[in-house]
Amino acid sequence: MRVALFATCFNDTMWPNTPKSTVLLLERLGVEVEFPFEQTCCGQMFTNTGYAEEAIPGVRQFVDVFGDYDAVVAPSGSCVGSVRHQHGAIADRAGDRALRSAVDALVPKVYELSEFLVDVLGVTDVGAYFPHRVTYHPTCHSLRMLRVGDKPLTLLRNVKGIELVELNGADQCCGFGGTFAMKNSDVSVAMGSDKSANVKETGAEVLVAGDNSCLAHIGGLLTRERAGVRMMHLAEILASTEKEPA
Amino acid sequence: MTLTHAEPAPSGKPPAGHPHVGVTSTFVGMPKFPDAARIELANTTQRRNLAHATGIIRDKRASVVGELDNWEELRLAAEAIKNRTLRHLDDYLVQFEENATKAGAVVHWARDAEEANRIVVDLVRETGSDEVVKVKSMATQEIELNEALQAAGIDAWETDLAELIVQLGDDWPSHILVPAIHRNRSEVREIFLRRMKDVGRPAPEDLTDDPRRLAEAARLHLREKFLRAKVGISGANFAVADTGSLVVVESEGNGRMCLTLPETLISVVGIEKVLPSWADLEVFLQVLPRSSTGERENPYTSIWTGVTPGDGPQNAHIILLDNNRTNVLADEVGRAALRCIRCSACLNVCPVYERAGGHAYGSVYPGPIGAILTPQLRGTSSKVDQSLPYASSLCGACFDVCPVRIDIPELLVHLRTRVVDEHRGGRPTAEAAAFKAMAWMFGSHRRLEAAQKAATTSNRFFGRRKTIGAIPGPLAGWSSARDIPVPPAESFRDWWKRERGEQEPRS
Ligand code: SF4
Repeated sequence: MRVALFATCFNDTMWPNTPKSTVLLLERLGVEVEFPFEQTCCGQMFTNTGYAEEAIPGVRQFVDVFGDYDAVVAPSGSCVGSVRHQHGAIADRAGDRALRSAVDALVPKVYELSEFLVDVLGVTDVGAYFPHRVTYHPTCHSLRMLRVGDKPLTLLRNVKGIELVELNGADQCCGFGGTFAMKNSDVSVAMGSDKSANVKETGAEVLVAGDNSCLAHIGGLLTRERAGVRMMHLAEILASTEKEPA
Repeated sequence: MTLTHAEPAPSGKPPAGHPHVGVTSTFVGMPKFPDAARIELANTTQRRNLAHATGIIRDKRASVVGELDNWEELRLAAEAIKNRTLRHLDDYLVQFEENATKAGAVVHWARDAEEANRIVVDLVRETGSDEVVKVKSMATQEIELNEALQAAGIDAWETDLAELIVQLGDDWPSHILVPAIHRNRSEVREIFLRRMKDVGRPAPEDLTDDPRRLAEAARLHLREKFLRAKVGISGANFAVADTGSLVVVESEGNGRMCLTLPETLISVVGIEKVLPSWADLEVFLQVLPRSSTGERENPYTSIWTGVTPGDGPQNAHIILLDNNRTNVLADEVGRAALRCIRCSACLNVCPVYERAGGHAYGSVYPGPIGAILTPQLRGTSSKVDQSLPYASSLCGACFDVCPVRIDIPELLVHLRTRVVDEHRGGRPTAEAAAFKAMAWMFGSHRRLEAAQKAATTSNRFFGRRKTIGAIPGPLAGWSSARDIPVPPAESFRDWWKRERGEQEPRS
């Protein structure tokens, strides 16, 4: 099985530790991961802001870069959601039938990390060790666009030493929403503040999620308050071991 | 008796904080969503009331929906029926007209708000009456019928408890189903005491904010209006084509009074309300109450078909209203919004609505459905309507609860694309220029890498800091309350190159 990592542009640039952890984790599980250098971005930022035209080249590129792989894994529910639910429509907008069929052929092979681990590799215990109090925020796109369900939680429950605590109002949007956070900053902050209050209430040391963008938003509020809660991507916790703790 | 409405602000603009609700008027000077939302967010009483009220309805809905093991099938059926109806809307409307006419109703067709209002005003004038009782109707709010009647010297009395509160308070509705959701009990008491006496039977002087006492005051106040009125005005939840019947579902019984007591009944019905047959109605009488009030069944379902001699209104008029619905129908993606049955479930789960409140949307249709319906009905030429598709974080909670499965996030994105596309060709906005530049950057991994270099190099300027505080410029909206992480010293791909070496480019 040829497996490619789609690091996503945001992780690649701002949170390199997440794709790094994804690679180390997958390799530990015996998967040989390739990182095609030509990759850039899923185009979600464009599409969701209304710039569908600008998203077309990105879709072509995505298909070119990843079309030949048996599986593409990304540590981002949001970016996988955009590939799965938006690339087809963007190909249609380009009026390019060949592109549309290439998208349709590729989409079923693109997985968010927890989906790949549970559905493709069939593992729920990845042999991780993380002895801390952790709470989990299921991001909207993982929850409602991808319907990953409790796969991330199942993976977390099997982490050695972890103390998982429930987050009140977990399924409520944190208010990030891409450019929403800037275009509707006040509402976004109002939503994020409720979320961060719930996080603080859990007494957790670490907030974990499958999307760094949401974590950056919630974390941006929490660090401003010096709340002392650490933001971590699911991949980082799953990659953590006794020998090499995160 | 005439309700004196709020003093219009100078230059005819609506008073601050109360955006104009109708669809037909020009929206000059009305704040766009982010600005309107900021004003509403500052209203902490409203925020508390909203969070409390939507929380309760949300839980009720979830529990009654959870009781059904065929909920998803019901949703699929409701969606399919609505889609079929919309596909053959012309046929079903003609069929409805034929059958309603046969049953003794008079059917009128109205292209827009102006035409609809003119028909209603003429019909009321023909009766010689100068007042009407109304049962809450989104369609008549959409066309601003009350204002048109007022201009013609006709008083319109809203008879829903919540609508009454809104009307007496010189206020605007802020929720489809619970128009006064932003008010709490003590505010309602104050409004009743202050205003009822001006327009009819006064509220008892010892009125408390006990809900039962408030409801009783409203009942007594409204009763004299019901008994006197010669004309009733309603909307309809459904119009059944194969019998020519109209259906209204409600909780308080005021609807039934309006539909049966007056001599003349005028119903204003959006053309998308039609259903092919009685059998189809069954599905909707299941999904509507569960989605809207979290009840298994709604307390009152009134169905009337034309005129029955000696029983109920003897003159029945039905106005079928287009008001841009056919244009919405022409949009293959956007038309899904016409499936909406105004249950308001999407409002109650929407985190943006919960904080900003209904007024921020500047439309009779607030919340997620308003954000997709209003810009379609009104067009996207005004700043307000351009901002509405962006009034969402695309969290998707609305789609999950929608009984007719309208993919609201998909439609929001579709309408955002429309807004952006409408501005192509002219002078590009700063945003459009930025997105174009970003598209160029993401167009090749070499260009992305160059940009990453700039970011990672900037890392050393921040010393040991992990986050950046408030900064001016395009990110000010973000950094006003949120810290920004300092870019890492090394991008992922640089790490990969360092650790794993550059890969052979694939041939
Ligand atoms: S869009 Fe759906 S959930 Fe919202 S009011 Fe309409 S029918 Fe109800």
